[in-house]
Amino acid sequence: MADKLRAQQQLESLQARYIGTGNSDTTKFEWTSNIARDSLSSYIGHPPMLQYMSIGLGQSRERTRVQFLERMIQPVGKPPETQN
Amino acid sequence: MAGTQAGKKFKASGSSDQPASSKASLSEAFDKNLYDGNGTDKFAGYETSIAVRDEDDDMEDVGEINGRRLVGQYTATAAQLNEYAHGDTAEADILMSREESAQIASRETDYQKRRFDRRLSPQRADPFAENGEDEGMSYKDIMKEREIEREEARIQKVIADREAKGGNEVLDHQPTLKDAKDDDAVNGDKTPPAPPRKRRRWDVVEESSKEDPKAEPNAKKSRWSPTAGSPTTEVEAAAPARSRWDTTVLAPSVATPAPEGGMVARSAMPNFAFGTDMSSRNAPLSDEQLDLMFPATGYKVLDPPPGYEPIRKAIGVPQLPTGYQGFLLPEENNSNMMGTKLPTDIPGVGDLQFFKTEDMKYFGKLVDGADETDMTVDELKERKIMRLLLKVKNGTPPMRKTALRQLTDNARQFGPGPLFNQILPLLMERSLEDQERHLLVKVIDRVLYKLDDLVRPYVHKILVVIEPLLIDQDYYARVEGREIISNLSKAAGLAHMIGVMRPDLDHQDEYVRNTTARAFAVVASALGIPALVPFLRAVCRSKKSWHARHTGVKVIQQIPILMGCAILPHLKGLVECIEENLNDEQPKVRMVTALALAALAEAASPYGIESFDDILNPLWTGARRQRGKALASFLKAVGYVIPLMDEEYSNYYTSQIMEIVIREFQSPDEEMKKVVLKVVSQCSGTAGVTPVYLKDNVLNEFFKHFWVRRMALDKRNYRQVVDTTVDLAQKSGVSEIVGRIVLNMKDENEAYRKMTVETVDKIISTLGAHDIDERLEEQLIDGVLVAFQDQSVEDPIVIDGFATVVNALGERAKTYLPQIVAIVLARLNNKSATVRQQAADLISRITFVMSKCDEDPQLIKLAQALYEYLGEEYPDVLGSILGALRAIVTVVGLQAMQPPIKDLLPRLTPILKNRHEKVQENTIDLVGRIADRGADYVNPREWMRICFELLDMLKAHKKGIRRAANNTFGYIAKAIGPQDVLATLLNNLRVQERQSRVCTAVAIGIVAETCAPFTVLPALMNEYRVPELNVQNGVLKSLSFMFEYIGEMAKDYVYAITPLLEDALIDRDQVHRQTAASVVKHVALGCVGLDCEDAMIHLLNLLWPNLFETSPHVIDRIIEAIDGIRNAVGTPVVMNYVWAGLFHPARKVRQPYWRIYNDAYVQSADAIVPAYPAFEDDELKRHELEIFI
Repeated sequence: MADKLRAQQQLESLQARYIGTGNSDTTKFEWTSNIARDSLSSYIGHPPMLQYMSIGLGQSRERTRVQFLERMIQPVGKPPETQN
Repeated sequence: MAGTQAGKKFKASGSSDQPASSKASLSEAFDKNLYDGNGTDKFAGYETSIAVRDEDDDMEDVGEINGRRLVGQYTATAAQLNEYAHGDTAEADILMSREESAQIASRETDYQKRRFDRRLSPQRADPFAENGEDEGMSYKDIMKEREIEREEARIQKVIADREAKGGNEVLDHQPTLKDAKDDDAVNGDKTPPAPPRKRRRWDVVEESSKEDPKAEPNAKKSRWSPTAGSPTTEVEAAAPARSRWDTTVLAPSVATPAPEGGMVARSAMPNFAFGTDMSSRNAPLSDEQLDLMFPATGYKVLDPPPGYEPIRKAIGVPQLPTGYQGFLLPEENNSNMMGTKLPTDIPGVGDLQFFKTEDMKYFGKLVDGADETDMTVDELKERKIMRLLLKVKNGTPPMRKTALRQLTDNARQFGPGPLFNQILPLLMERSLEDQERHLLVKVIDRVLYKLDDLVRPYVHKILVVIEPLLIDQDYYARVEGREIISNLSKAAGLAHMIGVMRPDLDHQDEYVRNTTARAFAVVASALGIPALVPFLRAVCRSKKSWHARHTGVKVIQQIPILMGCAILPHLKGLVECIEENLNDEQPKVRMVTALALAALAEAASPYGIESFDDILNPLWTGARRQRGKALASFLKAVGYVIPLMDEEYSNYYTSQIMEIVIREFQSPDEEMKKVVLKVVSQCSGTAGVTPVYLKDNVLNEFFKHFWVRRMALDKRNYRQVVDTTVDLAQKSGVSEIVGRIVLNMKDENEAYRKMTVETVDKIISTLGAHDIDERLEEQLIDGVLVAFQDQSVEDPIVIDGFATVVNALGERAKTYLPQIVAIVLARLNNKSATVRQQAADLISRITFVMSKCDEDPQLIKLAQALYEYLGEEYPDVLGSILGALRAIVTVVGLQAMQPPIKDLLPRLTPILKNRHEKVQENTIDLVGRIADRGADYVNPREWMRICFELLDMLKAHKKGIRRAANNTFGYIAKAIGPQDVLATLLNNLRVQERQSRVCTAVAIGIVAETCAPFTVLPALMNEYRVPELNVQNGVLKSLSFMFEYIGEMAKDYVYAITPLLEDALIDRDQVHRQTAASVVKHVALGCVGLDCEDAMIHLLNLLWPNLFETSPHVIDRIIEAIDGIRNAVGTPVVMNYVWAGLFHPARKVRQPYWRIYNDAYVQSADAIVPAYPAFEDDELKRHELEIFI
């Protein structure tokens, strides 16, 4: 019981610090959103990668960067309707 | 006096309005099983007990008129008989006194005890509530009431003054003879009472007369008592009829009547003495009794005729217990004599750790046995809370935890009212202990989070209870108090907090103002200083009352104490708030303002002088005008402001103030002395003050007034003077100061000598001895020698001073060394153990200097003497001797050492058996040093013998000893080869003790590290084949340590060790797999990037199924091992394993998989990005990754 409680608290503090972490109740939507956001921020965070993609897309690096940033809003579409 | 108590308890029940419920429990144990327990009581209206003494308390004084008895009395009065039972003269009960010493109240000062004078205030209105004003007192009401209280206090004071002055008012004289029946008046015709008793009685009378005038206004103050006719007023009205000696305490709070009912109900429970229960007399005779009465033979027991039915049915009569054997030893009675019997098992709560008498007051309701089915929801809720609180307060840790959780989770359903009405009175209880308070405070803390703004009406009540924590002696209590108040202010909001606390700022009681000021400082730190500054400015300039100004300034004083340098951004604002108060008409306000400035300057140091610009002038001119205590506070402020200044200013301002400071050197006031010393050291620390100035103006006076013997006697002065002198020496130089005090080391007063030695020690250890000329040097050595030799109580201070002086002099000490050595040798032979110990300690401190002075022969002489003394009996002395030997060996070297190492070591072997920690530590250190540097001076057999002795050391409690022993194993193994040592160690894996095995494993790891793993690994792996769990585990553990120590070297052994790990990882035993996992972790971390991926993946495959272990240690090790392998083989590979289970239908599977995912995510989120699964869904697909140039 005590261990469970502590594990719960640890998980909560972990989640507060790292938004991308999950637990057994994480939904597909949450997880895939996090994947998308992490991927996008990783592209932005590696300049050679960003450069490569910009060349591929035929636009400036900055434009690609802004596009990526904007795509972080609801990256995998709208959240699913909740039943209740 | 059990009877008296029983009688009184019963009397109390008469005034209570629920006699039936109180009686239900008395026969509980007997007939509840046979007859339904909740039926009406059969004995209602009967006298249920006959008091043990002939007369009850009520009757006691019936025959008295004006304190005289009309009937002759030939025995001592009841009052005399009971003299030592209650009150001040009561004999101490050993158990009680021990219990009391644990209570918080018992170690509080009188000032802190004043918290009991405060009472929980009634609920406050919440002006921010949605429905506007709800019930409770508004701000206006409170302010009005405070006004009345102040007026009342003023009038009281006036009256007291007049009475003291003996004005011509008609005083309320107390008649000496009166027919008050509750008063033990003088009995003129009897022997005079014993002196202590007499004194006590008069004290009491005086007290009551003092309180008389107060009584009326208190009664007028109607807000404490609810509307007339409510049960609480009845209780209060009934109170005077009780005997004054009656020690039963009423619940402190009237505002919350809940616990009181419980108390009354409980105290009504009569305690039965044996034989007073009449019901047993009327019982029909049982078979057992008949058996006893009649002879066994000659009688026949007839069967009742058919159809017979007994006419008399035993109704409501307790059955005699089966196996009744006539007279029973009255056991209940015994427990009565020990004090009231208290339950430890409360219905619906379970077994408690303890249950105190006082708890009955609050939790009595739980044992009244009332039926819960016909209760209202509110009552049920109250009982539920009561139960939970009792569990939290008195329960076992697991009970506590769950109860606390329930309280927290349901806080909003319970509502703030019911919760706080029960928690807060508990916290006001006088007999509260630390642990209980801590737990209750914790409850408040948790509940606050949940209740949020619902607490508003209760803020003041909570403050009344929590504020005293802020001035508790216990640091943790203070921290807890702060935490609660800061949470409270976050929940209630600034405006409400100000509204609630404002009326207390000019409360007529200083205690309340003080604690409120501290609480306000906490609010400021919680909600930010800027939010509070406008309010504080207004308070500090209050025209209406100087109390308010005083408290306002005090708040500002407390803020920097609480927040430290965090006040810097707001320093200007805070100083501006109080600058005008420096010239306040009230001396107390001026004083506290100066103290506040001191606190601000201290917190701001070394920045922020510009904020103080405006107050410099008033402060300095003010200091000239003040006297006494006020001057002390002004000087304190000056002392803290000066270090903030730059060079020029500090020079000027110091010279301005120094005159006053020097004048105050001769002040007899302790407080002033402290302040003056502090100011001197602060001034001397600033750049603007020159050594010449100090020498010319300060030093003479300083030494004249403070370097006197009297100063050495008081501990606090002693410290202050030493520190200040050291600070002065920093500025004016070593020889200047040391030259002045050096002669004191030969003073006849020992404390004074010690003080001098300590000062010299501190000065020389910071500043060195370069400044000291030949003459002073001689005096110094002479002085320390005298101080050293003339000690009556051996003190480390002297030794430290001695060592510091000798070490600082270095080569210059050469001439004195023969003399010192002679003294040390003589003292080594002393009768007293501590003298010998000190001599040995001194040797170990000065060996370095001796060798620098080329005094090796002398050192050898000392070593030989010490060697002689190795038979020392006292372990402390032996430890010091060994330490001295070690120090000599260190500087002389093993070769030159006399006695030679080969003689010395065999003497040490038996000493290794000594259990004393100091001896162990020093021997092992010495042995280790020899093993490290000069192993070949001793033959291997001796080393093996030492190895065996060392095994015992692995069990030592002190970590340092175990570590030294482990290291020594390493040295010895290096010296004589690992085989023999390893064999010894491997054998030791078979022992029972876990600690010993663990340490052996560590030692094997160390041996493997020092002698290269390949020398050890074969034997170790061979040992793993021993079919014994402890051994195998030990082997795995040593492998784990070994791989941890050898790091990257692991890569050469990975493939060798893999089959063993394979076997261990599929063992049935959990611990086995756990230890194997920790080996895997260290191996994996050792060979990151060294091309061992295939082996690692193999191990990962074996590890992975262990994911579902639930035991915390096991799963932690497994996860760590997987983490290690993830680092070795790269994140994507491991993630391939993880994807499979993240969305498994079974939660039990998902949980550990997410844990691993989270760990991977935290450590290497970026590395996961390329490894994320590719989704087919168009929304989810990561199109960017498909770009190809």
